[in-house]
Amino acid sequence: MTPDLLVVIAQEASTPSKFAQMVVDGVNLGGIYALLAVGFVIIFRATQVLNFAHGALAALGAFLVASFATVLDIPGRWIPNAPAWVSWTGAVFLALIAAALIGMALERVFLRPMVGEELFAVAIVTLGMDIVVRNITNDWIGPQPRPLGDPFGISVFDLGWVRIPYTVVTQTVVALLAVALIAYFFRSRMGVAMRATAFDQEAARAQGISVGRVFSTSWAIGAVLAALAGIFISLFPRRSTGVDPTTAFFAFRAFPAIIIGGLDSVVGALVGGLIVGFAEAGASSYLVGENWEFLGTGFAGIVPYLLMMVVLIIRPYGLFGTEEIRRV
Amino acid sequence: MRGRPMLYTRYESDQALLNTGTKKVMMGLFIVLLVLIPFGVVPGLTFLSQPDWMRLLSTVCIFAVGALGLNILTGLAGQVSLGHAFFMGLGAYTAAWFGVEPGPLSGLGLPMWVWLPLAGLVPAIVGVLIGPVAVRVRGLYLAFVTLGLVFIGEYIFRNWVYATGGPDSGRTFPSLEWKIWKEETPLVDFQSDGVWFGVEIIEEAKTYFLMLLLLVIFVLLAKNIQRTRVGRAFQSIRDRDIAAEIMGVNEVQYKLVAFGLSSFYAGIAGALLATFIGRTIPERWNLFLSVQFIAIILIGGAGVVSGVILGSVFVTVLPRLVQDFSSWLADYVSEGEGAFVWLADLFISTGSGDFGLVNTLPGVGPGLSVFQFNQVLYGLLIILFLIFEPLGLYGIWLRIRNYWKGWPFTY
Repeated sequence: MTPDLLVVIAQEASTPSKFAQMVVDGVNLGGIYALLAVGFVIIFRATQVLNFAHGALAALGAFLVASFATVLDIPGRWIPNAPAWVSWTGAVFLALIAAALIGMALERVFLRPMVGEELFAVAIVTLGMDIVVRNITNDWIGPQPRPLGDPFGISVFDLGWVRIPYTVVTQTVVALLAVALIAYFFRSRMGVAMRATAFDQEAARAQGISVGRVFSTSWAIGAVLAALAGIFISLFPRRSTGVDPTTAFFAFRAFPAIIIGGLDSVVGALVGGLIVGFAEAGASSYLVGENWEFLGTGFAGIVPYLLMMVVLIIRPYGLFGTEEIRRV
Repeated sequence: MRGRPMLYTRYESDQALLNTGTKKVMMGLFIVLLVLIPFGVVPGLTFLSQPDWMRLLSTVCIFAVGALGLNILTGLAGQVSLGHAFFMGLGAYTAAWFGVEPGPLSGLGLPMWVWLPLAGLVPAIVGVLIGPVAVRVRGLYLAFVTLGLVFIGEYIFRNWVYATGGPDSGRTFPSLEWKIWKEETPLVDFQSDGVWFGVEIIEEAKTYFLMLLLLVIFVLLAKNIQRTRVGRAFQSIRDRDIAAEIMGVNEVQYKLVAFGLSSFYAGIAGALLATFIGRTIPERWNLFLSVQFIAIILIGGAGVVSGVILGSVFVTVLPRLVQDFSSWLADYVSEGEGAFVWLADLFISTGSGDFGLVNTLPGVGPGLSVFQFNQVLYGLLIILFLIFEPLGLYGIWLRIRNYWKGWPFTY
């Protein structure tokens, strides 16, 4: 995939520093991967479910924003004089709430009956969920990409030596805010309950923690983070045309981030996301040109997987993952 | 021991492939049925002798071969693999490399008895080479390694144009014919109509017989792997790896063997699928294909050969049934007569402005296309089987059988 950003840059007369631009691209990609990875890891830690439907949830979130902001015009139709960014933000919030509800519903219907089953069996259930959610979402999206109707467009902060798209700034702020909120959440009553559940479901139950509510909450958080990532995937530096049927597959590249960080570490997910994002951005800006023609097209897209393989050979449980202790 | 079918006096008869008289008779009848189907002489199943259904049955056989491979790895050895499609692609391109006449793309023009075994061996070797990574990581991490394999494989297939033809046009594969060496007229040509033993036979039926024969060979192989030392070692690793090691099963070695065997089956299935279709693009060997195989062994029943075959029939024939059913429903609705038109109308949408779950006209009106509906159905079936019937179709069969065994008693 060619990042649109680089195409835009190539057309401009003044060329910004390649390295700085690569960093911006890396922050953009890394932020998206980190959002996806953190949501995934929270779900995995709290509910012991490996969520293969994460990409589908991301695409669904982006589609919800697109339909709320452009087709249905909610909440814009009730506040006719509000500036564009207000109604768009409103649409995003509504979409996030809807995504959270969908995530909770999916968990309640498909995964609650599987509590206590083998990890692998549950993972395959989410693979089935991915097929269902992805196909229905893609049917709603239709063959044409749907623009999200965002107020950012392709505007950039032009500093001469680097161009920073508005969306990247927004995304960084949102991602940092999300991480801060999650860190704060883990200290709240519910957060402590979630950590207890992650530690030992039965013991948590015995302490009077409503494990079912913990499951719902973690899926709500995971779905919101996935939807946020889905939104930023469908905005300017990545895909300015909007959400399309391939958006769901974008999230598959966040899986290496999760594995590199370690399946059960939130910090690892953050770090892994950034590593993978920078690796991919670096590959797509430096490993091009005549010297690298033998790599063919789409090499940047598999850099995350290659990185994952290398990390797994050295550390089979990722950089921050807990090593599984094998007892007889 | 007449009249006491479950009484075995020897270990061999307990472990026999067909260990009861009923099984022997039924299997014999079943094979006769399978052989008679293409001639359209089986009452009630004459429609199966039509070319499109014959092709579908050949596809079932091919998918069953592939699924048997995944079953060895996932069902017996308990190692989750999403990388099956990669090994199938590898097998297909190996077959093309050795089997196609030299041209703009790679090809050596060797006969089938060379390229078919090689199409299995090359993926098996690659599987064993990748094995050390796969053996080092455990459980869920393995699923991700194999997931990465599919994407890396897709990238290689896309870019290695000399071998794969590239993403635009794809490439052709060797034709299904039996030659001694590179002579002009093949001994047996499976892709043209002809006469076998004085009976007129269409090309689809010939292909079907070839695939059926190969399936029988690979079923026997899989069955024998399962009930001998290697298979029991796999199952002990699946059930408890540490316990297996303590009993003297070399875990690393047997996991590598499982990978190799599974990749061998996958490569053969990939080569057969590609030659059967004729021309295909690198994107065919994608994650969805892998998921399809997982669906087959989960719906059929993981770890059971007959379950895997049931699953292949189910997963391969289902799209065709859904398609026939929805086009039949669409006709039914457009005729507008009958008591259940309203019900059918809820299900199907036949034009713009008509709301229905499934849309038979592509791109018009709301509703899922038949293809998408099939996919959603796959997904739902995987979920529902895992929740309600983890043993799959085989589990359902087992319950029916046990019910009649004890009939009229419930125990």
